[in-house]
Order: sequence, then structure tokens, then C-alpha cells
Amino acid sequence: MLSRVANSIYWLNRYIERAENIARFVDVNLNLLLDSAVVDDQQWEPLVLTTGDLEIFRSRYGVATAENVVRFLTYDEKYHNSILSCLQSARENARSIREVISSEMWEQVNSFYFMVKEAAEADPQPELPSFFEAVKMASHQFAGVMAATMSHNEAWHFGRMGRSIERADKTTRILDVKYFIVLPGGVGSPLDELQWIALLRSVSAYEMYRKTCHRISPPDIAKFLIFDREFPRSIQHCLRSAEKSLHLISGNNHTNSWCNPAELKLGKLRSELDFLSIEEVIERGLHEFLDETQRRINIVSREIGDTFMTIDLEAIS
Amino acid sequence: MVLNSYQPGEFYDELFAADGKPRSIATTLIDKISSLSLAELQQHQNLAQSTLFKTGVTFNVYSDDRGTEKILPFDIIPRTICDREWQLLERGLKQRIHALNLFLSDIYGQQQIILDGIIPQEVVYSATGFLKPCMGIQPPQGIWCHITGTDLVRDKDGSWYVLEDNLRCPSGVSYVLEGRRVMKSTFPRLFEKMQILPVEDYPSRLLETLLYLAPDSIPYPTVVVLTPGIYNSAYFEHSFLARQMGVQLVESRDLTISDGFLKMRTTKGLQQVDVIYRRIDDEFIDPLTFRADSMLGVPGLMDVYRAGRVAIANAPGTGVADDKVVYAYMPAIVKYYLDEEQIIPNVPTYQCWEPKQRQYVLENLDKLVVKAAAESGGYGMLIGTKSTAEERSEFAAKITADPRNYIAQPTLCLSRVPTLLPDGIDGRHVDLRPYILNGRDIYINPGGLTRVALKEGSLVVNSSQGGGTKDTWVVR
Repeated sequence: MLSRVANSIYWLNRYIERAENIARFVDVNLNLLLDSAVVDDQQWEPLVLTTGDLEIFRSRYGVATAENVVRFLTYDEKYHNSILSCLQSARENARSIREVISSEMWEQVNSFYFMVKEAAEADPQPELPSFFEAVKMASHQFAGVMAATMSHNEAWHFGRMGRSIERADKTTRILDVKYFIVLPGGVGSPLDELQWIALLRSVSAYEMYRKTCHRISPPDIAKFLIFDREFPRSIQHCLRSAEKSLHLISGNNHTNSWCNPAELKLGKLRSELDFLSIEEVIERGLHEFLDETQRRINIVSREIGDTFMTIDLEAIS
Repeated sequence: MVLNSYQPGEFYDELFAADGKPRSIATTLIDKISSLSLAELQQHQNLAQSTLFKTGVTFNVYSDDRGTEKILPFDIIPRTICDREWQLLERGLKQRIHALNLFLSDIYGQQQIILDGIIPQEVVYSATGFLKPCMGIQPPQGIWCHITGTDLVRDKDGSWYVLEDNLRCPSGVSYVLEGRRVMKSTFPRLFEKMQILPVEDYPSRLLETLLYLAPDSIPYPTVVVLTPGIYNSAYFEHSFLARQMGVQLVESRDLTISDGFLKMRTTKGLQQVDVIYRRIDDEFIDPLTFRADSMLGVPGLMDVYRAGRVAIANAPGTGVADDKVVYAYMPAIVKYYLDEEQIIPNVPTYQCWEPKQRQYVLENLDKLVVKAAAESGGYGMLIGTKSTAEERSEFAAKITADPRNYIAQPTLCLSRVPTLLPDGIDGRHVDLRPYILNGRDIYINPGGLTRVALKEGSLVVNSSQGGGTKDTWVVR
């Protein structure tokens, strides 16, 4: 398939997944604050910090009030990672590969985009919880339509790989949000437990977590969201799914070997997580671990781009 | 109900005879429309339009305000043509394509038609579509114009004329296919009751036409559609046709020349391309041969083409044959190559470069339609009967300054079709663009794109000038 097409379907999926996850981590912050006794705008700046775009935010908005942060992350057309911008980019990518994806996928992206655009232009804008719910649902619909209407061919695997990589990255960030929430009652207080529940809910993990680990315990939650092989939003599950697609694309049947730099970096990251315990993570520091993982996921994505999406002409001829 | 008061008036109406009675092929259709209220019709219309919008049948894409593409207004009252009449049009179009192809081979070859004094050399050489670098090229299977959209009109007395040919990259066929799909869900029973010739095999025919151009030695030729990209106004169609044929849609940045062949960049390295259905204009195809500023083409493509290692449809250079001055010679061209009279005549055309004819044009500007030879899309046009004195003197000056660039034709009174408008149904003028494929044999998609001028009294059907489209039903 065309390198340009691979690039477009990969990013189409990343942008849709990104929009969904922004909805999720703004939502978790809203929920955490709803349960919190102290209403304090200081809780919003960390959210922007986790996006890595604090500087852009400061130069445009200055103070991190709830309203500013939500506008920045949700409807800001000039911020390239807002939900609205993500949908615009997703749609542009989908438009350029309409002959590759199914019509149903295009229709879903198109109506998803118009839903967000209309919400942005509406006066008054819709209530945030229901809007975020609609964004999550539209993203699920896209993934479902893609799984059910497009051949699971090379292009499809590029798409799934994009979604998995993006989701792994964003799960690290959502987990990190909790790190920044200052707890008035301290770790282990009833309030703390409520906040962990809110976090699990925001990644749709609450019920699945309960089935697996029963009690709410911070190390178990971190373990679940990092290592669980069955839960589809855990970091390890995402990396495994990305790796599977990557190997199907390159035709390398052995997951314990590699034939290009992307497979090397991803395989290394995934197998290190295979042999890492939550105790070691906590000892090293959860935040530091999450930061490092994000950085390595970025490298994997760059290698995927270099391997498949740009062709070094000299190397071939 | 809404149709009770409909009057064809002094015009030729495609659905009604002059006495106000429905034409026999249209009675079932008219009964159906009459059984619906205006509100119901409009509801159908809105649904049809929103379906087209949702599937992205759009044109006129944004430049900076993202996501503002529009759909071409689609009218749910179809235009009907009876099968017998269609057969005549088919014969006429086949004759025309056959002659045009012989003309192109000759012009880029021996130029016998010029040597024999049928068409002056300067007329050919001054046409903007004439490309010197194409001299001596022998395209695969000897075919130049693979895909043609020829615009036909019907005058007041019901007779057909060819208004112009579009031989470079005619667009609009996606509206025919998507419009038909929408009509089938709007009026499913009518398709059961009436015998309407199907249009859906166009993509398969197009693919066959393109595959026919690949060398026999290649068992599975790679066909691609070459688009300027998502900002082109016809991008939807490019993507639609690629999807319907199951071939790659490529942009120039996907292509490169390597080892003397055209290749595309894929995730597994470079892959050879054998046939290009190009949807970019001739002069943008290869910046080394034509326009050096072209960002849309592939440097060196013409060399690969000349070496017979890739086929291009339509062949570069075909534009010379749809020049509006060359058009005036079509009766002579048909006679010269086929020794036949035109089955569908040309509209009589005055050539302003010829002094006597120019004088007639300048004296009769208020009665004529003046067109710029190299323009299309309804631009650069004067409709004398609807013009102001100021506009006429402006055109007189233009014609005098650059006579080669202008032709004039009598104002035809285009036929009309009942059309759904906000406050009822009224007649609107239409033309017809059938799509013709020239491969192993010549195929004409039954029907074509009916373009309708939505403004009251307007004769300009182009989408850029407020035109819409209708489905065209060839009824047996």
C-alpha cells in the first residue's frame, strides 16, 4: 500500500483515539473535583501539564481556570490537540483515503466531526459530562464500524496500531493526572478511595477492575492499568496489540525477534513490561515510570513512521 | 397535485408535450409526482440532499475555512429520454468519438487534414490544448480520448445539438451514479414499474477501458487514479472512482520515476504503475515537459509515456480537439475521416478570427451567445439576449482585441424539465452530458448528467453559476 495512505490511516486512528482520551481525562478531573471538598482552580493546571503543552496554554490563556482549561482542551480551534482540532485532522486524513476505508467509516468520522463542531458553535454549549460521553461513544462507534466493515488488511493494521499506540500513551497520562491531585485527607482517606474510583470510571475500567482485584488499592489500580493483559485500555494490552499489528504488517511471524527498528523498540518496551513488577515501578516512582514510558512510546511511533511512511529512495535504487 | 397547474409554455418540455399532456414514457412518473403534496416532495428532496451530503458527494472545497464543502443542488424530479431517441444519440456520439480520435491521431501524426486544406494550420496550432511535445506519440491501442463527456442540448423544436466536447478530464459522472442510488431509495416503486436503463456498470466499464491500455505482457496491471489532492473541487469524484474500481488513488508525491518506469511509494518499497487515469490537466502532468511551476505532476513522466512504459488516459494533448474554434470544424472533420454527415449536428458557430464572420457577430451581439475559446465552466461568456449595452461593448472590445479567442453561436432555447422549487414546481432549462468510454469498443453510459439552471429563465447550467443536477432516465 501507499506510504502516504499508511500514514493517513495511522493518524486518522490516533486522532480519533486522542479526542476520546482528552474527553476522558478532562472528565476524570471534573469528577475528582466534584467529589472534592475544596474547589480550587489549582487542580486544573496539572491537566494541561500532562498534555505537554503548558507553554502554549500559558501564552494563550494565562491563568489555568477550569473554564480556560476546558475551552483549551475541548473547543480551541487554534490548539492542535483540542478535541475539535483532533476531529478536523481525523477528517482531513479520512478524506484523503476515502477509497481505502469503508464508506461507513467515512460517514462515522464525518458525523463525529460535525457533532463536535456544532457543539463548539452552539450557544449555550452542551453540558460537559454529556458532551464527553457523546465523544467517547462516537469514538467507540468508529472503532466498531472499522472492525466490522473494513477488511483486516495491511491498512487496517496500520489503523489499529495507531489507535493502540495512542491509547497506551494516553493511559499513562490519565494515570498521571491522579499523581498531581493534592489530597487534603492524605493517602488512604475515604476521599482518596472516591477519587480512585472516579479515575477507574473515566477509563471505563471500574467494573473490570472490581472483577479482577475486588478492593480499591492504589498499587492494584496502577498494576491493572499498566500490566493487565486482558483489559483493553491497559498499557501492556495496547502495546501487545500494536506489536501484533506491526508483525502482521512486516510479515515477521516471530514476536521474539525483530526485522526493523520499529519492531526492535516496541518489542523491547513490551518485553520489559512483561518482566516488571508493580513494586519495582512504585520503588522507582510511578510518575517517573509513566514519563519514561511516554517517551519510549514516542520513539516507537517515530520508528514506525521512518520504517513505513517515508521511503528512502537511495536505499531502494 | 402540484403539477396540475404546470404549463410547458412556449418551451420544449422533456416530460410534457406541447398540449400539456404528459409524454407517454413519463406518465407513470408524473402520476407519482402528482400524488404527492409539495411538502412531501420537499421532504423527499431534503432527505436525498442530506444523504448526498452525508456520503460526501461534495464539490467546491474550502480553502481555509475547513469543512465547508457543499453539495451540488440535486433535484428529485428526473429527466426522461425515450429509448428510441437514446439509440439515435448513441449512434451520434459514437460517430463523433470515432472522428475525434482519428483527428487527434492525425494532428499529432501526419497532419493530413491540414495538408488537404480542411482545417487551417493556425487554427490548430493556436489552440491552447495543442501540445507540441505530443507530436509523434502513438498512444497504446491508438486511443487518445478514452473518457469523454459531451454536452448536448435540445432546442425549442426538439432537435438535439452538440454544444461542446470535454476531452481532457470531464467530471460529473459520480453525480450520475450517486444520484441514481439516491433516486432508487426515493422512488423505489417507480424503478419497478418503469423500465429504466441501469447506469451502475460505469466503474466496471471504466476499469476495463483502462486495463485495455496496459501491455499484454503484464498479467496484473496496476491502474491508478491520479488526483491533484483533497483541495481539488472534484476530489470526491476521484476518490469515488478509485474506490468503485478498487484501484489506488495517488497524488503526484506518491509517484516517482525509477529505472525508466513509473513507480509509487508503498510501505513495501517502490511498485510499478502501468496505467494512469489522470484527473489533472495536461500541462500539469510533467513539469519537465510542460509547466515548470506544476506541483501536481511527475517530473519525467512524459519520457516514460513516450517509451510506452506507462499508459495515460486521457492522452496528453487531447485538449486540442475540444477547443471551441476547432469545434466549429467538426462537421468537416466527420465528413473528412468518415465520409458521413454528423448524426447530431453542431450548433452553428461563427468564428471571430474570420473577418466577415466577426463583423456579423459584432453587429448581432444582442442575439448571440459569445464564448471564449479556451474557457469552460460558464466563465468568459456573453448571453446577448440577456446582456446590457455596457456588457456588449465590453465584449466587442475583447473580440476585436483577440479574435482567435472568441466564437459566437445563436441563442438556443434549451429544453426544460419540471423542477422542484421552494414555492412549487416550475420549468427550468437543462442540458445533458453523457459519458463515453473508448476502449475495446465505444460504450456510452445510458443517460448521463442532466444539469439544470435553477435560476428562473437562466440558460447557464454550470455548477459554478448556480446550476444543479437531476437524474436522467432512459426509459424503454
